[in-house]
Amino acid sequence: MVIKQKLVFRFPPSVVEQPIIYRLVKDFDLMVNILRAEINPKKEGRLMLELSGSESGYRRAIDWLCKEGLQVMNLKQQIFWNEERCTQCGACSVICPSGALELQRPEMTVRFQEDKCIVCELCLRACPARAMETLIEDNG
Amino acid sequence: MFERTYEEINQKIRRGAAVVLTAEEVLEVIAEKGVSGAAQTVDVVTTGTFGPMCSSGLFLNLGHPRPRIKINELYLNGVPAYAGLAAVDAYLGATALPPGDPRNRNHPGEFVYGGGHVIEDLVAGKEILLQAHGYGTDCYPLKKIETTFRLSEINEAILYNPRNAYQNYSVAVNLGSKMIYTYMGMLKPRLGNAYYSSAGQLSPLLNDPLLKTIGIGTQIFLGGGRGRVAWHGTQHNPSVERGANGVPRNAAATLALIGDLKQMHWRWLRGLSFLGYGATLKVGLGIPIPILSEEIMSYCAVEDGEIYAPVVDFSRGYPYKEGGDLGLVSYAELKSGSIKIRDRRVPAAPLSSYVGAREIAATLKKWILAGEFTLSPPVAPLPSVEAGIKLQSLPQRDPSPGGM
Repeated sequence: MVIKQKLVFRFPPSVVEQPIIYRLVKDFDLMVNILRAEINPKKEGRLMLELSGSESGYRRAIDWLCKEGLQVMNLKQQIFWNEERCTQCGACSVICPSGALELQRPEMTVRFQEDKCIVCELCLRACPARAMETLIEDNG
Repeated sequence: MFERTYEEINQKIRRGAAVVLTAEEVLEVIAEKGVSGAAQTVDVVTTGTFGPMCSSGLFLNLGHPRPRIKINELYLNGVPAYAGLAAVDAYLGATALPPGDPRNRNHPGEFVYGGGHVIEDLVAGKEILLQAHGYGTDCYPLKKIETTFRLSEINEAILYNPRNAYQNYSVAVNLGSKMIYTYMGMLKPRLGNAYYSSAGQLSPLLNDPLLKTIGIGTQIFLGGGRGRVAWHGTQHNPSVERGANGVPRNAAATLALIGDLKQMHWRWLRGLSFLGYGATLKVGLGIPIPILSEEIMSYCAVEDGEIYAPVVDFSRGYPYKEGGDLGLVSYAELKSGSIKIRDRRVPAAPLSSYVGAREIAATLKKWILAGEFTLSPPVAPLPSVEAGIKLQSLPQRDPSPGGM
């Protein structure tokens, strides 16, 4: 069984120096596609990536990451569209780099496709109605 | 020549016999029957628009506490309102910001809460924090009050927007080499994207380009309730270049609008935050066009492909008034999602909501069909092309005693 999953890792300062990606590739034979990575001034890290590989390798990798003290979350839970706040203008459609937010034509209605979202967070501030929200509390 | 009066239309509305179509729907009837045939069939065409309109705000009368106060300084949810009026009267502007807002100190600023957001919260019935100071007089002894109130608990809240409903508007792009943050949104460098802000063929003033029916006193859909055209708007500029159909090829006429906030709805008055620019209010408005003649119907026949807007560079052209525009694009092209500028394909998106405009026009149609909304003949016309209005720039002269 091949598995493909977008994830967010948050890691404390104690593990921020560890070569996590190397271990994921070498020890668990996973393919890693990094979507976004950052380390804040408090030396806490946040990494968004897509992992693919065998289901058993994937499961063992997640167990290992948790044991190492990383928080692992599903990426698609991170950004959501507050449809009630959305005024359906479509300003987001030319800012979103992955096409997750689009203006459907000719209807001119806004659509958000979570599976295309790479959690770049550009939409959070580009949306004048602040209809895009994130569940991650930002410590940075 | 076919003609129809306001009174005839209103009688039909009261009888439930009026034929009302939105400015989008009427295009099909015109395609089928021609302008003349459509004029004879259709009594009213409804329009709508739902976009950011910074020149908007609210007159308030807060009622007197005991003892009375002459408010000198007023904050609503921390946002300052102008209190240089009678004791408990004030005006809250859509772009007002709390004194503690960091503005653009950490550029681009976020402007999360301003006057527009207070207006949205008020109309949504939320509790508003009021902080007021007075200097104390014999007649108004109270010097300070802090309390909360809701919209239903104050005497008046009258939306009065000095400039709304822009008849056409420029399309914003960025020719510069870095991202810019404007009232027309985030503009990516080197023609990375384009923003426009008009409902095009659904927009009120584009369906009455020469202001033949819309005038002072015209009853309209405003913020989910009813309002009136109060006057022509500020920066009203009907003298711009026009196409063969009378449609202006640049930002032209504007309207000053008025209405009682207490019968409006938060869905159509939305506080907005433009990154790096400021806070504002998104206003929903719709205007019915009475089909008094074939000529009036011919104006409502306008389609997105026949309405052109100038493309303007916001890195230098707009802010520094440098250079001309970058040519014209049609709303049909804009709505397709990309426009061609200097032989490049540039992704385009609106800041005003076409879906919102459509819903407003449909709502107005529903009100008229239900006999709840009749058409009001203007008590006076608005200045149009023949007024010869010329927009002025602010004089910049040396105000010191020795200067000129």
